[in-house]
Amino acid sequence: MSTEILSGNEAIARGAFEAGVRVASAYPGTPSTEILENIITYPSINASWAPNEKVALEVAIGASFGGGRAIACMKHVGVNVAADPLFTLSYTGVGGGLVLVAADDPEMHSSQNEQDSRNYAKFAKIPMLEPADSQECKEFTRLAFELSEQFDTPVMIRSCTRISHGKSIVALGEPVKGLPEPKLVKNPAKLVMLPGNARVRHPLVEDRTVRLSEYGDTWSINRTEYRSASMGVICTGVTYQYVREALPGAATLKLGMVHPLPGNLIREFAAKVERLFVVEELDPFIEEQVRAMGLAVTGKEIIPLCGELSPGRIREAFARAGIIAETVGAQQPAREKLPPRPPNMCPGCPHRGVFHLLSRANAYVTGDIGCYTLGFMPPLNAMDTCVCMGASISTASGIVRTLPREEQQRVVAVIGDSTFLHTGVNSLMEMAYNQAPATVIILDNRITAMTGRQENPASGYTLAGIEAPEVNIPALCRTLGIRHVRVVDPYDLETTRTVLAEEMARPEPSVVVTNRPCCLIKGEGRFDRSPVLEVDSDACTGCRACLRIGCPAIEWLPALDGPKGKASIDPQLCTGCTLCQQLCKFDAINRAGGTQ
Amino acid sequence: MNKPVTNILLVGVGGQGILLASEILAEAFMLAGFDVKKSEIHGMSQRGGSVVSHVRFGTEVFSPVVPEGEGDILFGFELLETYRCLSLLKPGARVVANDFRIPPPAVLLGQETYPEGLAEKIGARFNNFQLIDGLKLAAEAGDPRAANTVLLGAVAQDLDIADAVWQKALERMVPKKALDINLKAFQLGRSL
Repeated sequence: MSTEILSGNEAIARGAFEAGVRVASAYPGTPSTEILENIITYPSINASWAPNEKVALEVAIGASFGGGRAIACMKHVGVNVAADPLFTLSYTGVGGGLVLVAADDPEMHSSQNEQDSRNYAKFAKIPMLEPADSQECKEFTRLAFELSEQFDTPVMIRSCTRISHGKSIVALGEPVKGLPEPKLVKNPAKLVMLPGNARVRHPLVEDRTVRLSEYGDTWSINRTEYRSASMGVICTGVTYQYVREALPGAATLKLGMVHPLPGNLIREFAAKVERLFVVEELDPFIEEQVRAMGLAVTGKEIIPLCGELSPGRIREAFARAGIIAETVGAQQPAREKLPPRPPNMCPGCPHRGVFHLLSRANAYVTGDIGCYTLGFMPPLNAMDTCVCMGASISTASGIVRTLPREEQQRVVAVIGDSTFLHTGVNSLMEMAYNQAPATVIILDNRITAMTGRQENPASGYTLAGIEAPEVNIPALCRTLGIRHVRVVDPYDLETTRTVLAEEMARPEPSVVVTNRPCCLIKGEGRFDRSPVLEVDSDACTGCRACLRIGCPAIEWLPALDGPKGKASIDPQLCTGCTLCQQLCKFDAINRAGGTQ
Repeated sequence: MNKPVTNILLVGVGGQGILLASEILAEAFMLAGFDVKKSEIHGMSQRGGSVVSHVRFGTEVFSPVVPEGEGDILFGFELLETYRCLSLLKPGARVVANDFRIPPPAVLLGQETYPEGLAEKIGARFNNFQLIDGLKLAAEAGDPRAANTVLLGAVAQDLDIADAVWQKALERMVPKKALDINLKAFQLGRSL
């Protein structure tokens, strides 16, 4: 048996392979994206990107109804989008095993909120497993499929950033053999959720939860480890690792299944320890249920509700409450103020010029989820709202209804191609239908860029890299009822400025589509680097106009030769997009080496 | 043999090759028979932002994240980021830093200046500090792009891992056509 160092996401993919999964579907979202990107490396699995998480789950549901094992993967907020099918899937149950992986992002390293997905398992009345390292990611994925078929239920696996993107050693296994061949089996009483059928299914769901709880009492993935009897800690997932490190002497009840809770096992553990604690990230999910069992427990009165935990934060919480001795404090961070290093749009990013123009036009920008959310950062400062996937268009449609005409003209929604196809299409349909007079910019860079360049229905390729039909975004907008759709080259600032001004002034809905690909897309003919530019320091007057776009390739050199300083371009970073050249009024920026 | 956990932090700027360097370290520790865990943040924190990768190895590793103030070795790819992360270290930790500066956005815009004298300040707080001109040494090895591997060699000085293990880890993780140069770069760093 060979071992490899795998990330949690790689291990979930391996687990899906070893579990004999037939179909996998997902929409990219940090920290879940790499699960599907690794599943596609196993030829036995039909894996593909869906336009959004609801569709991804429904593709998996179909595969399961057909009798094959199926997996859908998404980030925590993606489960909100997939919640509609999820809650009814709980009633229908499955054919082949079905697993939904939700990757949470405590601390919001790359997310707009830090909702705790465990609540979904309880809300939808389905079991949830939570692995604590990559080995468990692989094992629990296999077990989740067995549990799914044994109890006729979808199963959720909850990961988090530190599990999905953490790496540890995994012993590889062989794929299971002898799974039944998928075929069509009619069973409308189970799968047609009309009220009459659903009323029959609901009591089965309630009974299933009771049976799962009892199963959890003796299931090996719920594990007690008795060390000192003075302190007993219930914990799950990565938090178990933190607890082992922060409180090495404490007894632990490590729950591999976080819903439903194993009531008898918890009572047994509580009876054997002098003081019971729950240490969990985010919500008091386990704690409230343990309290409802009538057990005395300490939890969120000492453990933070917000952000990630860590061994240090747990030690600090227990020390502050006087439960353990103060530990030697970490070194104080340097007090001096250092220049921060936030993420930035790449050099040559086709979004940069658009945000520069919006900033200059004093637009009120309703934003969306993607790289272009970085248009919020200085010096562009061109984003005023950002809520969730697709919301840019619908919030623009709503906000104009409250405003006088002169204010309506300032409202511009900005959305990327992938986010537009995810849920923006519905929003644009609404805007066209109700004739809300706002302007929508679709930043079509031909890729789902923020999550690491995944293909989408407009990019022309599938997850497997096979050529696919491309959604024609301008034609789609016209079909939805938008009469004014214009396509611009975002590297051409003057034309883009003119088109934006005209469309913003128009008292009806309009769409402007930008047509430059992401400069990180690899592959023939997709993004071509142009000759790099350089600053002619004799011609540069130090006016700083080129700095307004915040390009990482342009550096201000203070007082190089003269009191004002000059700009300089890093030839390693410049992609030759020419935005800075177009902003320079003194012809001081030209192609390097003086060539045309 | 029970080996306590050693905590290594790799810090720099998104796009500098920090992830590959941390993968090579982790691979070597696994090949040497240790438990190993590794953690870093992808997504929004790339795009030229600060990046911190955690690698931990020993007989048994629990948390994938190095607790604050418990770093044993800081492997800095960029000076400002190295300086920014000193608070993650134990007193007496070893610091190996590339003598390389990448101006952050506010410096590019001329609103702030890149802090002066960082190397001296790091040296004043940590005796066991090695500042390395990775680019120059990598150029000697045959390609300036192997600068990270030079630093990896220097980091390896303090780790009790056999040469053959490092060689095997590099063979597994580095593209074949760049292997010879990287092996040379590693040895240059190791013998500093």
